[in-house]
Amino acid sequence: MTAHLIYAAAGLALVVLGAWSFLVHAPLLRKLVALNVMGAGVFHLLISVGYRGLDAPPDPVPHALVLTGIVVAVSATALAVAFGQRLEGSAGEQDRD
Amino acid sequence: MSALLLALDGLLSISVVALAWATVTRREPRQAVILFIAFGLLLALVWARLRAPDVALAEAAIGAGLGGALMLAAARRALIQRDAAPSPAPPEEAGR
Amino acid sequence: MKRREAAITALVLVLSVVLAWAFWNAFSGPTGDRLAELTATRVPESGVTNPVTAVLLNFRAYDTLLELAVLLAAILGIWAVGKASPGFLPAGAVLRALVGLIVPLLIIAGGYMLWVGGHAPGGAFQAGALLGAAGVTLRLAGYPAAGLPPEALLRVTIGLGVLIFTLCGVALMALGYGFLTYPLDLAKWLILVIETAATLSIGATLAAAYLGGRADPTDSGDGVTR
Repeated sequence: MTAHLIYAAAGLALVVLGAWSFLVHAPLLRKLVALNVMGAGVFHLLISVGYRGLDAPPDPVPHALVLTGIVVAVSATALAVAFGQRLEGSAGEQDRD
Repeated sequence: MSALLLALDGLLSISVVALAWATVTRREPRQAVILFIAFGLLLALVWARLRAPDVALAEAAIGAGLGGALMLAAARRALIQRDAAPSPAPPEEAGR
Repeated sequence: MKRREAAITALVLVLSVVLAWAFWNAFSGPTGDRLAELTATRVPESGVTNPVTAVLLNFRAYDTLLELAVLLAAILGIWAVGKASPGFLPAGAVLRALVGLIVPLLIIAGGYMLWVGGHAPGGAFQAGALLGAAGVTLRLAGYPAAGLPPEALLRVTIGLGVLIFTLCGVALMALGYGFLTYPLDLAKWLILVIETAATLSIGATLAAAYLGGRADPTDSGDGVTR
């Protein structure tokens, strides 16, 4: 029971940390990293919900959700990187900070 | 046994959150991405402890590995673009 | 600290309290039947013994199909945005020599992951990630196309996962089962076929996404200039 709470608290902390950094920091790449940290927090929360102690098998449904979520997060990251590249290319010499 | 496990849980959680803090507060994008990769790998370790080996494998390979590689390449391009004015001599990065 | 930053920090702190409260309510409230028991009793009917693969490819197959479609949409978006970026340095001699060792190893490990996913941790996503990693390694070692096939074949490979998945579903419908409702004696082989197609297209998609656009055939792969 306590292990759940410790890990869930860590997941919540990751979500909040990611959201804060996403809102506060201006550079696009830092926003992207922050978004990924936030996503990792959500995954961590789901995994900690799926954990049911050392002697019971864990719940496979959240695991499957997280598995698809990881792949979707990476494809979104790739798309965001491509967009960012295009943005910087077209912005030319404008300041990017 | 249980107290030891609880200490491990606490230690893992604290290090994950501390690494995330270091990741999001780092100013240099490239260093932030490298810290993010370390964060992803530690998270995979935590998920292995939470009896989710499938997800841990996927996170280590896809989340930390490929996502990190993608963002590292983006950080590098940003770096090249920033010091594009004189003859660029960007740091060696091919061997990671 | 600027005022805007302080305001955002305060708002995020409020959000964290709300989230913690919501989680605590969900966590300490009365729990009905959990899906875990239901899944555990039905895993023998899924054709595989690894519960995560059973959920992914059988009980929630729809979810996985749509997830592959998301991957396809992402790569289409990346291709629409621009050409592959040439910004890579020539690789060192050690990496170039190691590639001959690492890439076959990654491909073999991918095949193993795919097969082992039926009864142990592993499966299409992990196997596809290993193939994608092989592509990234090749790109870093100076191969401009990252070992991907020419574009016509690449398009087929990337669409293969969604295509085979949908075809299986429609064929099952035509045979009188529901969409993606596998009959027990065929389930294992259907899952294996779908997973193989998904692995190939996930690997190709991730490697192509790392290139960051359509590969430019005139690019030598070692150019640093933009």
